[in-house]
Amino acid sequence: MTTFVQQLVNGISLGSIYALIALGYTMVYGVIKLINFAHGDVFMVGAFVAYFAYTGLHLGFIGSLIVSMAACALLGVLIERFAYRPLRQSTRIAALITAIGVSLFLENAGIIAVGAQARGYPDMLPGSPFQVGGVTISTKQVEIILLAVLLMVLLQFIVHRTKIGKAMRAVAFDQDAARMMGIDVDRTISYTFAIGSALAAAAGVVYGAYYSAVDPLMGIMPGLKAFIAAVVGGIGIIPGAMVGGLVLGLIETAVQSFGFSLWRDAAAFALLILILLVKPEGLFGRHAREKV
Amino acid sequence: MRRKWSFAAALFLGGSLLAACGGGAGTTGGNSGGDTIKLGANLELTGSVAAYGSSAKKGMELAIEEINQAGGVLGKKLELIPIDNQSDTTQSTTVAQKLIDQKVVAILGPATTGNTMAELNVATDNKIPIITPTGTALKITVDENTGKTNEYAFRMCFIDPQQGKVGADFVAKELKAKTAVLYVASDSDYAKGLAEAFKKEFEAQGGKVIGQEYYVSKDVDFKTTLTRIKGLNPDVLYIPNYYEDCGKIIKQARELGIKQPIVGGDGYDSDTLVSIAGAENTNNVFFTNHYSADDPDPTIQNFVKKYQAKYNQKPDSFAALGYDTVRLVADAIKRAGEANPVKIKDALAQTKDFEAVTGKMSFDAQHNPVKLVTIIEMKDGKQTLRTKIKP
Repeated sequence: MTTFVQQLVNGISLGSIYALIALGYTMVYGVIKLINFAHGDVFMVGAFVAYFAYTGLHLGFIGSLIVSMAACALLGVLIERFAYRPLRQSTRIAALITAIGVSLFLENAGIIAVGAQARGYPDMLPGSPFQVGGVTISTKQVEIILLAVLLMVLLQFIVHRTKIGKAMRAVAFDQDAARMMGIDVDRTISYTFAIGSALAAAAGVVYGAYYSAVDPLMGIMPGLKAFIAAVVGGIGIIPGAMVGGLVLGLIETAVQSFGFSLWRDAAAFALLILILLVKPEGLFGRHAREKV
Repeated sequence: MRRKWSFAAALFLGGSLLAACGGGAGTTGGNSGGDTIKLGANLELTGSVAAYGSSAKKGMELAIEEINQAGGVLGKKLELIPIDNQSDTTQSTTVAQKLIDQKVVAILGPATTGNTMAELNVATDNKIPIITPTGTALKITVDENTGKTNEYAFRMCFIDPQQGKVGADFVAKELKAKTAVLYVASDSDYAKGLAEAFKKEFEAQGGKVIGQEYYVSKDVDFKTTLTRIKGLNPDVLYIPNYYEDCGKIIKQARELGIKQPIVGGDGYDSDTLVSIAGAENTNNVFFTNHYSADDPDPTIQNFVKKYQAKYNQKPDSFAALGYDTVRLVADAIKRAGEANPVKIKDALAQTKDFEAVTGKMSFDAQHNPVKLVTIIEMKDGKQTLRTKIKP
């Protein structure tokens, strides 16, 4: 029984990390219908910026987190400005391929800048493990779950209760109509990328602190997993990303706890295929008619 | 195309001429013309395993300096020609070719198995001996298909099976463990080789492997499988792989309350392991290694002192093995009586009781050194010498 509860805790904490990354992913998709494959790499850049802010400038956890989120917000805006905006009127597949190109660019630039070797990450998140009835829970796990929920609520608030959120929803609905209503579409999309990338940075910092190691290729697998989480929850839907992340984390943990550790990634991708076959709009998605 | 062919032919001719006349110091096709004896170093100085090659190079340069100060070899100075292979197998082949063109009498390095394999054919075709300081896979010195020894390939380090065997021996005798769980990277030949040898020896000594779990290199979340392992409650965990994965596993295992000893191989030998796992979590962690800088043995202390004086840092295993490699080759040249690659190769094969920093060694019939294996115990993030065991 304690083993079961322990595995449940493991699954939820893994799931909230996926959820954390998936939030930014799904928001960007929700607004401009672009699967931003570079999201996982912005996540990596965020982890490294905080690493240098923490070890080099001694800014502390909150300071490093803010610096990293700001730097990545800027990076996100630049990526959008130079890589995606010129292609906004071309086919979706062209933008998708560009996103993969940006992803490869960031990975390799990372290798040149900091080297391919993994390095230990400073223990930024305070806290130590504690026991509840034989189950070991780390305060970090609790902090990650809380942070994921907090960011989800914050993001929901921004999208549904603020002016810029309203603009985002309008742009998501119809760019041309939004422009005619006097909404600055370019600016709104820049904001979207800034917020999405800042979220990726936050996830990167937490991820680095939790697993205590970072390297330039660290974003690839979490990026893919977050993509699955976003699709499972219904891509473009913010609470869906949270639920999708948790479902994915629990399924992976279940597969491993039955002794099929090598089938973990296979199970994750099988889930993606299954969802796409059975309910392509995701758990939370409404079936929408294709706009013509 | 034509030019390439004639180039290859010339090389071949040069090689066979050399083998035929055995004239080292001759000017036509001689490999050691001039006042120096050239040793090539094909090393990983940049790229993913740059740390290995760079350390080995420092050790090599220290040895060269020392030998030259003592008058060199056969009245000539040694000259080290290091070229970077960028941690890349294709580059490694090119670098070996470049070094052979510069008429080196032997190639030292590369540091890893894959890169060493990449130069094997070029070196063998040109009859130039190669000595890898740290390539641990058996296939470097033994042809996997025929089981024959590769005539021109040597190594300074022990091989994977020896390491796993010694690990099991230590666990059974010193830690008095009766049960063990293996946790292995399914995509790492190194980890699988060590695990296999460990299992065989541990069971031969009456121990029981009660669980064998797998993961994929570069995984980050091990908690689920570790929770399973915790449930099995083994006396010891054997987790052979490189420091990045193992650092994370050690940290997460300790966080889950797994207090049992964790044992691994020379892949643990890096400060990054400690910075990832956290110093206090590395207590009760042991691993097999080539040598320990804390070993009170005077040969080792003498080397550590000189290395620290020159580089202001503690020499790791790569540095020690690099240092040994140069000294062994110098010794072989002396015994060969002339700086001729083929004769050096023969002298190397006959090495017996050579006093290396990493232990007194002789080559067996497969060109693998027979020497003691060191067991390191981690104490608050510091490596300490636990014991030395004969494989």
